[in-house]
Amino acid sequence: MSRNAIGRDIPDMAPGFGTLRGYGGAFGTADSRLAATSRRPGAKVLASLDAALDAVGVRSGMTISFHHHFREGDLVVNMVVEALARRGVRDLVLAPSSLTYVHEKLIDRVKDGTIRRIRTSGLRGKLADAISAGLMDEPVLIHSHGGRARAMDGGELVVDVAFIGVPICDPMGNATGSLGASACGSLGYAMVDARVAAKVVMLTEEIAPYPLMPASIRQDYVDVIVKVDSVGDPAGIGKGATRMTRDPRELLIARTAAQAIAAAGIIREGFSLQTGSGGASLAAVRFIRELMLERGVKASFALGGITSQLVQLLEEGLVGTLLDVQSFDADAARSMAVNANHREVDASYYANPGLAGCAVDALDVVVLSAMEIDLELNVNVITGSDGVIRGASGGHCDTASGAALTVVVTPLLRGRLPSVMDSVTNVITPGGSVDLLVTDRGIAVNPARGDLLDALVAARLPVRDIAWLKRLAESYTGAPRPVEFDDRIVGLVEYRDGTIIDTIRRPKGLRA
Amino acid sequence: MKLRRTMLYVPGNAPAMLRDAHIYGPDSVLFDLEDAVSPREKDAARHLVFQALRNYDYGGVERVVRINGLDTPYGLEDIAAVVSGGADVIRLPKTDSPEDIIAVERAVEAAERRFGRKPGSTALMAAIESARGILAAREIAAASPRLVAIAIGAEDFVTDLHTTRSPDGIELLAARSLLVMAARAAGIMAIDTVFTGVDDEEGFVREARLAKQLGFDGKSVIHPSQIVLAHGVWTPTPEELAKARRVVAAAADAEAKGSGVISLDGKMIDKPIVERALRVMALAGEVEA
Repeated sequence: MSRNAIGRDIPDMAPGFGTLRGYGGAFGTADSRLAATSRRPGAKVLASLDAALDAVGVRSGMTISFHHHFREGDLVVNMVVEALARRGVRDLVLAPSSLTYVHEKLIDRVKDGTIRRIRTSGLRGKLADAISAGLMDEPVLIHSHGGRARAMDGGELVVDVAFIGVPICDPMGNATGSLGASACGSLGYAMVDARVAAKVVMLTEEIAPYPLMPASIRQDYVDVIVKVDSVGDPAGIGKGATRMTRDPRELLIARTAAQAIAAAGIIREGFSLQTGSGGASLAAVRFIRELMLERGVKASFALGGITSQLVQLLEEGLVGTLLDVQSFDADAARSMAVNANHREVDASYYANPGLAGCAVDALDVVVLSAMEIDLELNVNVITGSDGVIRGASGGHCDTASGAALTVVVTPLLRGRLPSVMDSVTNVITPGGSVDLLVTDRGIAVNPARGDLLDALVAARLPVRDIAWLKRLAESYTGAPRPVEFDDRIVGLVEYRDGTIIDTIRRPKGLRA
Repeated sequence: MKLRRTMLYVPGNAPAMLRDAHIYGPDSVLFDLEDAVSPREKDAARHLVFQALRNYDYGGVERVVRINGLDTPYGLEDIAAVVSGGADVIRLPKTDSPEDIIAVERAVEAAERRFGRKPGSTALMAAIESARGILAAREIAAASPRLVAIAIGAEDFVTDLHTTRSPDGIELLAARSLLVMAARAAGIMAIDTVFTGVDDEEGFVREARLAKQLGFDGKSVIHPSQIVLAHGVWTPTPEELAKARRVVAAAADAEAKGSGVISLDGKMIDKPIVERALRVMALAGEVEA
């Protein structure tokens, strides 16, 4: 028995409850969970990034994470990594949801030892070139969006500090991506980081009065807040892989894909869809819409990266709900702020294969791009024809695995190179989860899907053997000589379940 | 019936476009050696078009080449290259008189002999782009058995008329009608001019509807996106097609019974109605006309 802070006698033990701790005061004791400092709104708001780094204690060897919702406009990764480099932090594991062209500064931070390892969905530009050429001692790990969520929620990827850039939050850390000058829409990838990271540093452009609702990131996950001049360049946020095409070839492919999807019986009342980034796959929405109007049917939901075309479907009542893990353009960002049926979902909800359910498993059809596809229908979206990294895994293998019908779209030739080949440079999505390949010269069907073949032939669509498509391509270009690689492994490609599906090697002759 | 609802212009100096022009589904592709190609590139474009004709499989899509006129330094060489390459049709620009056609016909004949092509295998098409040409359309259309179609080129024509193109095309009305009549009198096709507003889908469809109503068989197009639109205009609606099928069935029925009178739903049907119904079915690809 001992006396607590207000003079009551408390037993040391209670049956079933073990040892009891006596009350120590309204603001707790050193060993209780209550902090000694103030918890009033604003107490988390620190004056500078350096103050925030001091507060959370970033040390050498830690794993730090970021999101890529600002796409080509992101300023947060460079800002934080530069600050850490100045403080002499070393050997960091960088675990962003993805990286883009704007992150080439990281090359110097790898060279000076600030960064030891990178895990990301994608890499582009000079950073990707340098990593392909052997910049890093440890291979980069390429993960899918669902695979990253699985690794984080499953405890395999432990994040010490998540740095989450937001356009606006309140003084307690409730944040949204839908408002503010750098509105990016959904914060779906960052929501997982906020949930699992040991510490969360929020970088915001604007602090709104409490409470900011609805919040994508909740106050209970946020440790410190720093107001910065800018987290993103709005011009770059809608840029990159999400352009809307006017290219007649991409439109032709998109139209053919929509016709194939219709022939497969997918466009019926209540169906669901997703389209990946890339001209033809984004444009497919336009033609699917026309077919929906023609047949008088509506979709139940559209998933994934949300574009203005999908917003149009929602506003026209042609789709019931948008499940938005990432807003691809300003229209999508605006829509999520005002339309109750435009729902933000996090990366786990979207595609995590490690939990009891995710949205990709409910998809009827997904339309995906490919940089290369081979006779086994394996798809490469990570390395170019020169073997150099220049893409992203994204949700490719997640959606392909989940959707009832997976349609891959690509022009048969890109410039002077065939897209169809004997064996792709690197595999992101295994051919087993691809049902259809739609090109500008015909459609190939996975031999395991005899039912689809019959339906497409009955609809008088131009069905070809994939080997025939390859021969046609090579009749124009000749057979390209395969890229030669040396033994240096510069990247590991992780399948969504955490297994390694392929390795990325250094093209012969490239040196960092 | 060979349909010519759309004839897609492809610059003769654009290799990738030459390779892929047919994938957008036009009834004909039209490789251009004339206005799309600057004098400095005439020889290279001619060689590219020759190689395309020789080596690429266009899947049965008709291959038309617009050559330079015989009054230019390029015309004769164009004809030699295009005939030896095996083009289906040569389109002559700026045709003012039947003599223009006869001169081309002679050159084509000579080229066919020289390159061992079947005599008469290269068809001709004439584009009329002047007031003089329009007034001679009847003679032009009948100038050669090789002619399969005549077309109107509106930009040069309105300039010649001292006017400009208007959205409703009133300035072209007489010329278009004369051209269609000349074509029908000679038993060949009439092809309407290009619509240059690539982004103006509504304007294109309006003009295509007008051309169809005037009797044209199709339109030259300058962008793949116009193909679907034009085919939409020239393809019969399901209602039109259903009606045509019933008319044709009634005619067949009457013939089987040895009756000279065709009737449908209690109304007598004249021969021209049956003919129109057959045309509708031909446009839908259901019968050979």
